[in-house]
Amino acid sequence: MSDTPRYSPLHAVHESLGASFTDFAGFMMPVRYDSDLAEHHAVRTAAGIFDISHMAEISVTGPDAGVFLDYALAGKLSAINIGQAKYSLLLNDAGGIIDDLVVYRVGEQHWLVVANAGNRFQAVDALNHRTTGFDVSVKDESDATALIAVQGPNALDIVQHAVGLELAADAATRPEPTLDALKYYWSLPATYLGNPMLIGRTGYTGEDGFELYVDVQHAAQLWNALMIAGESRGLVPTGLACRDTLRLEAGMPLYGHELDLTTAPAQAGLGKVVALSKEGDFVGRAATEKGTPADARVLVGLVGEGKRAARADYEVYSGDVAVGMVTSGALSPTLEYPVAMAYVDPTVSDLGTVVDVDIRGTRLPYTVTALPFYSRKKN
Amino acid sequence: MSNPTNLQYTEEHEWLLVEGDQATVGITAYAAEKLGDVVYVELPKVGAAITAGTVVGEIESTKSVGELYAPATGTVTEVNDAVVSSPELVNDDPFGAGWLIKISISDAPALLDAAAYTALTGE
Repeated sequence: MSDTPRYSPLHAVHESLGASFTDFAGFMMPVRYDSDLAEHHAVRTAAGIFDISHMAEISVTGPDAGVFLDYALAGKLSAINIGQAKYSLLLNDAGGIIDDLVVYRVGEQHWLVVANAGNRFQAVDALNHRTTGFDVSVKDESDATALIAVQGPNALDIVQHAVGLELAADAATRPEPTLDALKYYWSLPATYLGNPMLIGRTGYTGEDGFELYVDVQHAAQLWNALMIAGESRGLVPTGLACRDTLRLEAGMPLYGHELDLTTAPAQAGLGKVVALSKEGDFVGRAATEKGTPADARVLVGLVGEGKRAARADYEVYSGDVAVGMVTSGALSPTLEYPVAMAYVDPTVSDLGTVVDVDIRGTRLPYTVTALPFYSRKKN
Repeated sequence: MSNPTNLQYTEEHEWLLVEGDQATVGITAYAAEKLGDVVYVELPKVGAAITAGTVVGEIESTKSVGELYAPATGTVTEVNDAVVSSPELVNDDPFGAGWLIKISISDAPALLDAAAYTALTGE
């Protein structure tokens, strides 16, 4: 990777909105437009619009696409319906996690794999490497694809009112598609000003919302159409800072923090994402079946008191014994107390166990708590 | 926000309003902006002896932790309780109501004027 920063197709839009930028996986992305906290609360109470065009989109097509993905990924992707999406993992032979992914089935022989920006090339390389013997084509479409997320209780209303955005009908399978009827982790093909795009009812905030995959040429126009639709519906532009606190409250892992090459899915609470019951071999199967040592650390939620947040890389203690390490943490903007995720020894992983986190020299008590910390109220 | 010319500054992004051997201390608008929304402030106790360049407090945002360095050697004479209970004052009014501590100076290193500090931050 070069040291030259890369820019989103929406960079000029963010500059005009007064965004502050941060380097994320080589991209200069908006970290905030104004206030992290205000943006966080907007997503919980109204809606936020995120540019996440740095994410990687990889098309997998061909007669063997389904069985190929069953071999290359941890889940049984051949079994999902056209339109459906599934959270999955790309494992290595040792059962470690190369990346976590959302995979959409967009056609009979076409799946779209969405990878983290920082793992784009690792994911593309691993998929390509695994194609031997399969009649399949793997194509990295990241540079041509922008990704806009609209998240929050008003997201549906906003996306429905974006001028120029039309859902694509299909006489046989969906004569009258509506976003209203689109279920969580399903997607619909659509057009924006006549150009094909994809709308997923997916997200990374713990709220209802949509992710819109559009070609880079039309990204800025679509963003503006959504902003206009959102003007009277509480929509604000939202940056990566609040995206992180939102996903933390929702108990969602972030690659590089909760997940990495040395972590087994079971340790991260993602054992069920690995479809050991599916037929045939897949990369990481043997290692996953062997299991992790009985004393392997496991991911837990931690809740503290007061205002001092446990943060990534802080040590967790039980008495004088180091028993774990924090991977993410913040003072929860919604809950107003500190929350964290940490890998801890199984001896202290039971709910209700009190441990100490070393916060820059001061040890403060934290209680092991079930994830997520926050769940939206379902209608 | 421009840096007031009646203040002096440190390379650690503190400002000082020096009046005789007394000074009011805060962090600059630049530092507050870089931190993001401040959600927690920990300040030294009144009467604490502080040494220039050492960490005497913490300023936490949702995203990160900033350290408050003593801009001079001396004694803490007052802390801003309002900013402890309402940390957002650091963002809202960094050069005013968001002040952090008052100190009695026994020895001060060389400080920057507004022009030099503005040049340092490149803004």
